[in-house]
Amino acid sequence: MKKKFYTLVLLGYAFIANAATLHVGKAQAFLLIKQAIQAAKAGDTVIVHEGHYKEGNIIVDKRITLMGVNYPILDGEKKYEVLSVKANFAIIKGFQIQASGYGSLDDPCGIKVYDSRGVEILENILDDNFFGIYIQYGKECIVKNNRIKAYGVEEQQIGNGIHCWKSDSLLIIGNKIEGHRDGIYFEFVTNSVIWRNRSFDNIRYGLHFMFSNNDAYITNYFKNNGAGVAVMFTKNVKMYNNHFEENWGDAAYGLMLKEISDSYIIGNHFLKNTSGIYMEGTSRILAEKNIFEANGWGMKIQASCLDNEIRANNFIGNTFDVSTNGNTVLNTFNGNYWDKYNGYDLDRDKTGDVPYHPLSVFSVIVEQTPPAMLLFRSFMVDLLDKSEKISPSLTPDNFVDNQPLMHSLSL
Amino acid sequence: MNRIVKFVILDILKNKVVLFYTLILAALSWSVFALEDNSTKGLLTLLNVVLLIVPLVAVIFSTIYLYNSTEFVELLLSQPVKRNRIWLSLFLGLSTSLLLAFFAGAGIPILIYAPPEVSLMMLLMGATISTVFVAIAFLSSVFTRDKAKGIGIAIMLWLFFALLFDGLLLFLLFQFSDYPIEKAVVFISACNPIDLARIMILLHLDVSAMMGYTGAVFKDYFGSSYGIYIVMSILALWVFLPYRISLAKFRKKDL
Amino acid sequence: MIVVENLSKHFGKLQALNKVNLTCEKGECIALIGPNACGKTTLIKSILGMVIPNQGTIKFNGRPIAGQFSYRNHIGYMPQIGRYPDNMSIGQIIDMIKEIRNYNDQTDEELIEAFKLKQLFHKRMRTLSGGTTQKVSASLAFLFNPDVLILDEPTAGLDPLASELLKEKIIKEKKKGRLILITSHLLNELDELITQIVFMQEGKIHFHKSVEQLKVDTREEKLAKAISLVLKQSQHE
Repeated sequence: MKKKFYTLVLLGYAFIANAATLHVGKAQAFLLIKQAIQAAKAGDTVIVHEGHYKEGNIIVDKRITLMGVNYPILDGEKKYEVLSVKANFAIIKGFQIQASGYGSLDDPCGIKVYDSRGVEILENILDDNFFGIYIQYGKECIVKNNRIKAYGVEEQQIGNGIHCWKSDSLLIIGNKIEGHRDGIYFEFVTNSVIWRNRSFDNIRYGLHFMFSNNDAYITNYFKNNGAGVAVMFTKNVKMYNNHFEENWGDAAYGLMLKEISDSYIIGNHFLKNTSGIYMEGTSRILAEKNIFEANGWGMKIQASCLDNEIRANNFIGNTFDVSTNGNTVLNTFNGNYWDKYNGYDLDRDKTGDVPYHPLSVFSVIVEQTPPAMLLFRSFMVDLLDKSEKISPSLTPDNFVDNQPLMHSLSL
Repeated sequence: MNRIVKFVILDILKNKVVLFYTLILAALSWSVFALEDNSTKGLLTLLNVVLLIVPLVAVIFSTIYLYNSTEFVELLLSQPVKRNRIWLSLFLGLSTSLLLAFFAGAGIPILIYAPPEVSLMMLLMGATISTVFVAIAFLSSVFTRDKAKGIGIAIMLWLFFALLFDGLLLFLLFQFSDYPIEKAVVFISACNPIDLARIMILLHLDVSAMMGYTGAVFKDYFGSSYGIYIVMSILALWVFLPYRISLAKFRKKDL
Repeated sequence: MIVVENLSKHFGKLQALNKVNLTCEKGECIALIGPNACGKTTLIKSILGMVIPNQGTIKFNGRPIAGQFSYRNHIGYMPQIGRYPDNMSIGQIIDMIKEIRNYNDQTDEELIEAFKLKQLFHKRMRTLSGGTTQKVSASLAFLFNPDVLILDEPTAGLDPLASELLKEKIIKEKKKGRLILITSHLLNELDELITQIVFMQEGKIHFHKSVEQLKVDTREEKLAKAISLVLKQSQHE
């Protein structure tokens, strides 16, 4: 398989070596892009010069490099899918692609990749499209450094920024996505990496991730998305060093995990979310070295979660550090820093000598009776919390961090 | 008018209790911010100051002051001064000097240490609560000639709003948690000035958690941009009504 | 000048005033007498608007006083027991009242001079003796040249010298044609200045006579004796 791939790449270079370059533009050999593509052979480069091109649906069905100079505008006039890529190893680079059609059945896109491998989509500007970049049955494709913007108001009337479906080995790198339904959407995508993207102000999720095993997303920045980030029905996800910020609303989460197992959440920063992490049906996850700061709830762990390990995280300035809806606790907390911890450290081993119960009785009450939130920080409730800390009766007593840190970890 | 207010304010500012109150507020606020490494924790302590100490001092001090100024009122009444004017002057004098004490004591450190939206809301609510409880003191002092009884009523009212009310509300919540009681809870908590002030401050202090609160009614009323106007009107009513009732009573009072 | 019509006032079950009618004219000097708790002070306080009557009206210069306050510009009042804010000094009290009155003419400071209060101006009210407090009250009552002087037990607590000074002042004011309303038990002191006697008992006005008439009726030369005779008679009834 790998061998075959390299052979293909080598073959590709062989073609490029004697490839032609075709120019499109007002004073160039071709006036229309479609003409140039038609004239091109596999391995050729089509250079499109500055201009406003309204050619309806442009189909790239040859292994060519389609390159824009000074961001020529490809306009879908709100009627067409702008660019359809149906060839392996095609490269699309440097265009401004705008105003794709709108449809609820055929999902017209700015750029759509059909059934292809090795396609590269680089440094384009996508503006006001229904879907931004769509990869369907793609393999080894690269989507890099694109700026994708839409102006969606309602979930149903806008598509996703980068939509990947039934694909494998994709690289999604350094893109900036805003105003779509989901910033990045993965469904049935495997062995892929999402790295250094910025996804913000999207209507639903910054990243929407389903049935996509063995992927990693690293150093991405998700801010102020309607419902944060959702990772669902997946195994083996690695979530490293991402920022989840300001995802606000009753159903908004920094990171929502649903039916996830054997995954890693390491070195992430959850800041000012309604809930930092919401977990449901999640098992065998390691959450380590994350910062939970100024969230409403640091972590909401539903009773359906088990065998998760939460260790060496900083919990700072959250309204509630953790909450749960059940009485059984099947997850372990160890060696975290909790700023609400009031214990002491007489043996000077830098962990507190008394265990810390991070679950406040009020968070349990609110979980059961949401309107009780109105009484939050009332003196009455403070008294209740204090007395519960002394003799736990409503909160499970094995919900405990036995080695709470005295000082925050420098993360 | 302003002459009498001036006399009242000068008289209160000479009073050692107010000075002491200012100093306590200042000591509390400065130390709380200096000791805690993040300002949120300090703000939480000050939240309790605003919700408990400020109304307690306002209501007790005002009640005692009103009883002690019987002579002053008598003296003024034999002069060509309207009763409304005397009462209003006392009210303005008391609330102004307690506000001054609050701003001087707690206002400065809060403004320095806390983020601006939170600190402004806290000061606004502290000032409003202070005034509301001055008005409540007027009510409790006009109803009985007995000073001890009057102070007792004042303390009971404070206890009710600061503690018992929330206890009852919590009890109601537990009892009727199976019913859609959200509207009722919002409505009931709007009947308590201290609860209103607390919710308004929390909306800025625990933004993330309060934004996550599912209550649609809550969001419609407090969370919207009109929320602040609604709350301020209710609180204004809380100043106006007790004062107005006490005034009606005072106009018919024999001295 | 002051007309009291059908005035009633009760404190709880106690009927302090019971359908009182009284007319006082300019230039009169009326002594309001009667046993303790007969309603004298209540009547005075009603005229001053400090006590709100249950029934009846009081007219000052023809206008009802209910809810009014400016008529008090024409009244100087000396309470039985002057009560003043403890923390204020004599000087501050006098200044404050002056400021509140906003009086434009020359104030009448004769009594302040006579009582030598200026030297005590810095003293706080709570440190004063009863007599000095009365001197302050008296001075305040006369300060603004009022048309009506209401003096509740003016000489009680004053030393004989001060008493004499006050009496002289009252006589002087009476000559200016002021209406003077006095309640007092020590009537022989006031013998020469009183023109009318109002005798109250159990909230009612027992009689309202001129001094001459009273002396004729009781066949007594001395006013004090005439009054004590009336008092005795009333007890027998």
